[in-house]
Amino acid sequence: MDFATALQILDSTVRLSTPLLLACLAGLFSERAGIFDIGLEGKMLMAAFFSAAVAFVTGSVWLGMLAGIASSMALSALHGLASITFRGNQLISGVAINFLAAGLTVLIAQDWFSQGGRTPSLIGQARFEPLTLPLADTLQTVPILGPLYHELISGHTLPVYFAFLCVPATWWILYRTRFGLRLRAVGENPAAVDTAGISVIGLRYAAVAICGLLCGIAGAYLATALQAGFIKDMTAGRGYIALAALIFAKWRPWYALMSCLLFGFLQAVALRYQNIDLGPVTLPVQFMDALPYILTVVILAGFVGRAIPPRAGGEPYVKER
Amino acid sequence: MDRMPPWADALLVPLISLVLAAILSALVIIGIGEDPVAAVTLMVKGALGSTYGWGYTLYYATNFIFTGLAVAVAFHARMFNIGGEGQAMLGGLGVALVCLYLPLPHWTLALVAATLGAAIFGAAWACVPAVLQARRGSHIVITTIMFNFIAAALLNYMLVNLLRPKGAMDPATAKFPAATNLPTLHDMLTPIGLNFSKAAPANVTLVIALLACLAVWLLIWRTRLGYEIRAFGHSETAARYAGISPTRITVVAMLISGGLAGLMALNTTMGEAERLVLNSVEGAGFIGIAVALMGRSHPLGVLMAAVLFGFLYQGGAELALWTNIPRELIVVIQALVILFTGALDNMVRMPLERLFLSRRRKEG
Repeated sequence: MDFATALQILDSTVRLSTPLLLACLAGLFSERAGIFDIGLEGKMLMAAFFSAAVAFVTGSVWLGMLAGIASSMALSALHGLASITFRGNQLISGVAINFLAAGLTVLIAQDWFSQGGRTPSLIGQARFEPLTLPLADTLQTVPILGPLYHELISGHTLPVYFAFLCVPATWWILYRTRFGLRLRAVGENPAAVDTAGISVIGLRYAAVAICGLLCGIAGAYLATALQAGFIKDMTAGRGYIALAALIFAKWRPWYALMSCLLFGFLQAVALRYQNIDLGPVTLPVQFMDALPYILTVVILAGFVGRAIPPRAGGEPYVKER
Repeated sequence: MDRMPPWADALLVPLISLVLAAILSALVIIGIGEDPVAAVTLMVKGALGSTYGWGYTLYYATNFIFTGLAVAVAFHARMFNIGGEGQAMLGGLGVALVCLYLPLPHWTLALVAATLGAAIFGAAWACVPAVLQARRGSHIVITTIMFNFIAAALLNYMLVNLLRPKGAMDPATAKFPAATNLPTLHDMLTPIGLNFSKAAPANVTLVIALLACLAVWLLIWRTRLGYEIRAFGHSETAARYAGISPTRITVVAMLISGGLAGLMALNTTMGEAERLVLNSVEGAGFIGIAVALMGRSHPLGVLMAAVLFGFLYQGGAELALWTNIPRELIVVIQALVILFTGALDNMVRMPLERLFLSRRRKEG
């Protein structure tokens, strides 16, 4: 494999990791506050559709993204209503949200655009354009570092940079602010937070709202930056991979970056090569597809460093018993 | 007493939830500019108006009975088996291997062998998540989700690289031998003078599904194991105190659950397609969740909910055929049913409970 090919794979790793990273951090906020969220997939899908649809109609990618975020946050509110206010089962609510998004997006897309459950292709201002960072073109001739800067670091769309900036931001919010401390506390021991006179319900709704915001950006990125328009089921299991990455990272922001890059890399490799010839054994492409999930099961099994979720995760908080 | 009467708990709450889901579904249909009354009329006519429609409704219902029972059994042990999809895929693999490689002379023998194959493969796929939950404490929901994706990749590999006949393009096995083909409802009902549609895919697997309902009822409410499963589901600490092994119950309940999900493949793979195709499960594993929630994890409830979803599926197909409403409407309805009967259960239950309590207080 030559340098150019390696660079291309790394470049597509960055692009494919972005939605995973945004969704993974979204899940991190929610789950750290004690609300399990397997509805990441549905929220992303909903946002992907509404961002593409509104971007197409208005011609503005920013209005599209706002619509995507709004739709994703609406689903978040539903999840909050079911799992915080009515103390329902968070997992069942997540499953319902995934189906709701899978059905509604196609239904509305068919009603609005009549193109078999997709939006028309987005062009021009309705999409995020790649940004060229300063000096990228002039430095391109520098050996190794030049192409590395030009291909790998420069030339991505805005949400990509935003996603990567979210990692230190998430770390800072969680570990260096009062809100972050409370958020983590409410996921471990909500009764203690309640005793301190802080609203458990308010904190959990805030966490779920942040989750919706980030999922919305992830979905908008899928439909208006990575691809040009919405197609049916375009998230293709990314929400679940993000969930896997979250467990892989043991609910920590910097590790989330690593695991998302790893899973993005696996996707990039699976996209480029059908079967990987390793001399005596050939790895089929299906194995590459399944590898993120297999790795997550191995981590969950605790053979390689055990993953322990936030202690109050999945349990509705009842003030008095 | 601060509880509702049992009839309200078992019937009224799900009924109100269902009505709410139906109202919202109607609003969705109005929202996309169609007439809900006309849509329902068309669905009823298409799904229940002919033996052909009934044949499809019962065919889908058969799938959903199996997957619904699978989720229900796990629910009784307070586990959420979201992996019915993957377990059913593996069940299909079991059925295909039995039908293709065992020289079986008659469909009755083939059915017995394939039933075993489907159940064993489905149970095996549920076994790993179960053991991981019991022994290592890894959450069963997450592991079964992961196993769904791993199953899809495995099935894809098996079909594309190993089981596909030479020269064939689509990822599917060869046709099963004619001796393994199951009799359809048409074949079964003609001797007793009933003229059932020949084109509909409902087949003898329906009888197995009904037997499975009975078996699950007997298991849960009439055996020691069922008692242990329910006790474990109600309170793990109490069950442990009573000498019930949590590891054993977790694994056994998941094996039964996975086996039931695997049995679904009898209907789709052996009964209908007569070969194993890539997407034979078609989301039925997930519909099992809605069916089990709606049926309150009781086999009779599961049976009724499965027939309702069979009706929705066939009716939805008719809608997609004759109107501009895509099949995805059914996915939305399914989501609303899961939402209202599952996640938002308390939204209906809390006010009802208050109502009953205030009435009782007045009387007393």
